[in-house]
Amino acid sequence: MSATLLSALTLGGVGLVFGTLIAMAHRRFYVWEDPRIDTVTDLLPSANCGACGFPGCRAFAENLVAGDTQPAVCTVMGENEVSTVSDFLGVEAGATSKRVARLLCAGGTNVAVQQADYLGIETCGAAAAVAGGGKGCTWGCLGFADCEVSCDFDAIYMDEHSLPHVVPDQCTACGDCVEACPKDLFVLMDLEEKLIVQCRSLLTGEEATDLCEVACNACGRCALDASAGVVEMMNGLAVVNYELNDSAGPEAIKRCPTGAIVWVEGPQFTVQPAAERILV
Amino acid sequence: MPGLSFRHGVHPPELKELTESVAIRRLPFPEEVILPLSQHAGKPAVPIVKVGDKVERGDKIAEADGFVSSPVHASATGRVEDIDLWPHPSGNYQPAIRIAVDPHSAQEARTRLIPEWEGLSREELVASVKEAGVVGLGGAAFPTHVKLSPPADKQPRILILNGSECEPYLTTDHRTMAEFPERVHLGVRIMMKCLGVEKAMIGVERNKPDAIEALRSTLPTDIDVSVHPVTVKYPQGAEKMLIDTLLGEEVPSGGLPMDVGVVVQNVASVATIAEVFETGLPLIERIVTVTGHGVVKPANLIVPVGTKLQYLLDACGGIKNSATEIIFGGPMMGAPQSNFDVPITKGTTGVVVLDEAHSKAQHSYPCIKCGHCLDSCPVFLNPQLLGSLAKAGRYEEMMDAHLMDCMLCGCCSFACPSNIPLSQLFQQSKAAARKQQQSAA
Repeated sequence: MSATLLSALTLGGVGLVFGTLIAMAHRRFYVWEDPRIDTVTDLLPSANCGACGFPGCRAFAENLVAGDTQPAVCTVMGENEVSTVSDFLGVEAGATSKRVARLLCAGGTNVAVQQADYLGIETCGAAAAVAGGGKGCTWGCLGFADCEVSCDFDAIYMDEHSLPHVVPDQCTACGDCVEACPKDLFVLMDLEEKLIVQCRSLLTGEEATDLCEVACNACGRCALDASAGVVEMMNGLAVVNYELNDSAGPEAIKRCPTGAIVWVEGPQFTVQPAAERILV
Repeated sequence: MPGLSFRHGVHPPELKELTESVAIRRLPFPEEVILPLSQHAGKPAVPIVKVGDKVERGDKIAEADGFVSSPVHASATGRVEDIDLWPHPSGNYQPAIRIAVDPHSAQEARTRLIPEWEGLSREELVASVKEAGVVGLGGAAFPTHVKLSPPADKQPRILILNGSECEPYLTTDHRTMAEFPERVHLGVRIMMKCLGVEKAMIGVERNKPDAIEALRSTLPTDIDVSVHPVTVKYPQGAEKMLIDTLLGEEVPSGGLPMDVGVVVQNVASVATIAEVFETGLPLIERIVTVTGHGVVKPANLIVPVGTKLQYLLDACGGIKNSATEIIFGGPMMGAPQSNFDVPITKGTTGVVVLDEAHSKAQHSYPCIKCGHCLDSCPVFLNPQLLGSLAKAGRYEEMMDAHLMDCMLCGCCSFACPSNIPLSQLFQQSKAAARKQQQSAA
């Protein structure tokens, strides 16, 4: 027998044996998967942002097909895309209220005091590790745009005072900025939650306003003016109780001396807080 | 065979000539002292005084909260003005007790602890050390009583005293050893009794010949204690490096010196323990080096804990116009300050004021893969790999590359010819990795 034939037969034989084994294993360990999962995955935006609460679009599709969640939970899809998915699966689209990321700081470079220059790596994380980057208010926004970098949807841009603005239409509430911010200034909020305290400083009175013109100085006027229980003073900060969001109204912000508490329709920071309000 | 030194490390300029021969002096009491509740590693203390209370120098004003915590004592006689947030050397606002110092008080202190330590049992000694609020004075401020109570299965063999003081500029430990060698030896005696060890070694860098001489000339003969001059190299004063130098043993990754049967204590803390039993006073003052080319008259000072930074600088003639940066601790590992109101805490070893010539911001260039950082890392990590992972935000992979063994000594940043701020990247990565783990849990 020629060497060529021998090697061909040996290789062929080995191939046949293992091929048979693979074929048997394929039969033996076969797992049926709903073919609709693949189709639904293709219909989803493939952003893998995690805003739905599942680890990626594929996992969301699996739960959709299983009926554990509803198409509208995906905040990245528009209305048309949601109805395509719900029509395909023959389920209700569901309804979720629109949520967006809100920044709990209004202390841009125009209103907040900078006590020292910071010359190190230009990211918020690095600045936070070195004496808070020299900003007077140690709770406030550092302005090096870690959040802008983290956003996959171009929903965050930095303004001329180094303060990030969130575009509500583009924000999918995926939470990447919440994770990126070393000062924990971002929170995901319902668009209907319009009464927002844009300050995290625990200082009170002039100590707070000396460092930032728009800080909450804990005067307590908003707590008095709002409906009972909506705003509470805690640890030197006004805190809104969003369980009573229905009874919240713009009257709470009327007498705020610094403009720390605001009534937000749409995007934040559209109205510049009046620095010099008449104290009543 | 134990070597003369550990492997790797760097040789930064020592710059200790500004204060190494300046005798320690006292300052008049400041107008107010600010005592943060968190001056130590572990849980913050809980205040036991109210606003308006009169306190005497040495009174306990905040109680330790649990085992890994330490009480806080009033460092001057006066009135509790406020218990509120105050700038903290760590760069944020933290709760602190503010005491307005009584200008007419003699600041006489009553003895609160039993000075006859020989009669006390081990447990009583450790309890007294805890009651006195003694923490490690080398910078990390780890409560000393925790180090003095090793678990039963890890009985230490050797006590090592850390007199290396490898950070540039600082001379607090140097002056303590040169001026109070007997106090150091008394502290050694007390600590050896607490720990039940037979052998003690004092490691001092060779650039402090007067300290070595002072310690040797007063060496007690009835206990086994020896002075070892060690090579001048940074970070010789890191406890794991000092163990390597003196014993030739390596502390395992993630482990403590206890794992190799050693307890390491800074000389200043040991001297403080002796002082506690000599004077019967808790830890209410410490020695601070105020130095750097940006300060007019560099000095070694004994100050009450809680003295404001501004007061210290004024006492040293103020800062020069060329001053650019103020650091608590040494320039390699210290914390930069952005507020003149921050108080000196128990863990503040020194105040370094850098001038323009010594703090010029360097432009950072891309990594050229030269490997200088690998040759400098005293714990044998790969800073080049860690650095590129940090820039990409790949924190989980950094953990696999032993990020948590990094002690942020700054050797890699110092060695890097491209001026990449590696240790700052690692400091940030540690915080980010911890945050990620918390949100995952």
